[in-house]
Amino acid sequence: MSKNDGNGKTASNANLKTLKKKKAMWAYIFLLPQIIVFFVFSAYPIVMSYVYSFYEWTGIGPLDDFVGLGNYQQLLTSPRFWNSAVVSIYYILGTTILGVGGALILAIILNDQKLNGKGFYRAIYFLPVVTTTAIVGIIMGNIFGINGFVNQILLHANLIDKPIPWLTDPFLAVIILIVIGSWKGLGINMVYWLAGLQSIPNELYESAQLDGAGFWSTLRHVTLPLLKPMAAVIILLSLVSGINAFDLVKTLTNGGPNFATETMDLFIYNFAFSSQLGGGQVRMGYASAAGVLLGLFTFVISMIFGAASFGKQIIKLRGSKRRKGGVNV
Amino acid sequence: MISTKSARLIIHVFLILFGIVWIYPFVWMVFSSLKTNQEFLTSGTALLPEEFQWGNYADAWYTANFSGYFLNTVIFTVATVVIVIFLSSLTGYALGRIDFPGKKTIMICVVAIMFIPKGYTIIPLFKLVSNMGLADSILGIIVAEASGAHVLFILMFASFFANLPKSIEEAAEIDGAGFLTVFSKVMLPLSMPIVATTAIMQFIWTWSSFLVPLVLTISKPELRTLAVGMQSFVQTYAVDFSGMAAGATISLLPVMIIFIIMQRYFIEGVAGAVKS
Repeated sequence: MSKNDGNGKTASNANLKTLKKKKAMWAYIFLLPQIIVFFVFSAYPIVMSYVYSFYEWTGIGPLDDFVGLGNYQQLLTSPRFWNSAVVSIYYILGTTILGVGGALILAIILNDQKLNGKGFYRAIYFLPVVTTTAIVGIIMGNIFGINGFVNQILLHANLIDKPIPWLTDPFLAVIILIVIGSWKGLGINMVYWLAGLQSIPNELYESAQLDGAGFWSTLRHVTLPLLKPMAAVIILLSLVSGINAFDLVKTLTNGGPNFATETMDLFIYNFAFSSQLGGGQVRMGYASAAGVLLGLFTFVISMIFGAASFGKQIIKLRGSKRRKGGVNV
Repeated sequence: MISTKSARLIIHVFLILFGIVWIYPFVWMVFSSLKTNQEFLTSGTALLPEEFQWGNYADAWYTANFSGYFLNTVIFTVATVVIVIFLSSLTGYALGRIDFPGKKTIMICVVAIMFIPKGYTIIPLFKLVSNMGLADSILGIIVAEASGAHVLFILMFASFFANLPKSIEEAAEIDGAGFLTVFSKVMLPLSMPIVATTAIMQFIWTWSSFLVPLVLTISKPELRTLAVGMQSFVQTYAVDFSGMAAGATISLLPVMIIFIIMQRYFIEGVAGAVKS
């Protein structure tokens, strides 16, 4: 196959053209495995989740009980489903505000050139990111249990006189879920912010210093404005990862008490794979409809987010990208 | 940016105190795994066990089958990492190095996959794997896990290959090397830093994966991975707290050690991927 490629200096224009064509062919061959995987394991399941959503189906046997929009109708009138959407929204917003905001403060501190032990601190704050979320959920379930470590400390310090039901009070359970979710995600957001901070040219800080700007005014007038495009990406990533909160919720509270912490992911799982928590029987069609709504929900969240806070910027970025012919953001 | 000495001291104190709180759950886990069950319940805030109960580990490993879960997790993780490197290096090379019609469309599709929630496709994925005859096999879990979106890695490979000088390729072509030879003998070896970063990051993510192995091992407990096995352990032995902590330590220690050794690679890999 390489006979023609070896002409070297004598390669004519025609030869170059066939070389280019050959390379394009190789590009398609190289892409083929990923394309097959994409169609089989991503595109096909997406289409099928729509198909399933129109059937009352236990997941076994043929799809023969067509109910049209029946599953959707049932979902949209189900308080439990609406509750799961609200819990998901709380969780997504809570972890984004705490996790992304806290990470920004930490990143600004850890970006200081003269601070000793930066690498060590970064590693410590990053550690929860790499640990298995499901196992973190189990450990935290013990730490925040009724006789768990947190209550023991508070009791010993005489701050409370009876244990606080962290995970069995509907309101507190949601708060703890958000706090642990933020703790888990803060490290990755910190690294994203650090990447953004390090892409700010040093000269800008130097000239700000020459102008006599202090820490706060440099932060306000140089650092934060320049981080804005990065902020859009970081917030979007945090929102999307908040939607996939399954591991933590399943292992920490399993949706309890009484479905108070059931997120949309967990709702889908409970109806599709766990008959006990899905109202007595496996309902894959119903769960698929919820899955489709989750997809829609993801889409809407990205749109609201995009329109509300960063719409103009994204449009501006896109515009400039097109004009310059594809500059990486 | 922060100038005065006392301000810096305050920052260090804050970072250290906060850091202790930050990793305390892991410290608590390790020490709890060395207590007796009775001690776990009554020791209150005391961290150190009276006597180190190494037997908890033997119990978790043999009796609660963490040895089996461990082996499953290793097979599952290694196979997934290999498949992901194979797929994303090929895709990244095509997108980063070659001009061909339809490239932009494919690039957009690649990025769009990132935003598909797993909860959305898990039901059809579960059915698909069963229909392929791979239900209740480790291969089924591997295929389902490895088929996800590896946008980050594809983009990492693409931008690496795009930035290599053209002369490298041309020199090899003059020597008579064909397309595949250039890729496998010249370009891929040059991309070893990206391969390594992909391997480490995918290793840690797959090791921690939960939803896919949970759903695909529902009827086959012996195929459970550590994360799934841990969860079923807690459900079955609800009162064995120190056993729980030992199992959790066995499950978390490998990733924590790999992270601590490789943290430079990992943190910079994430940062670099976002920057570009």
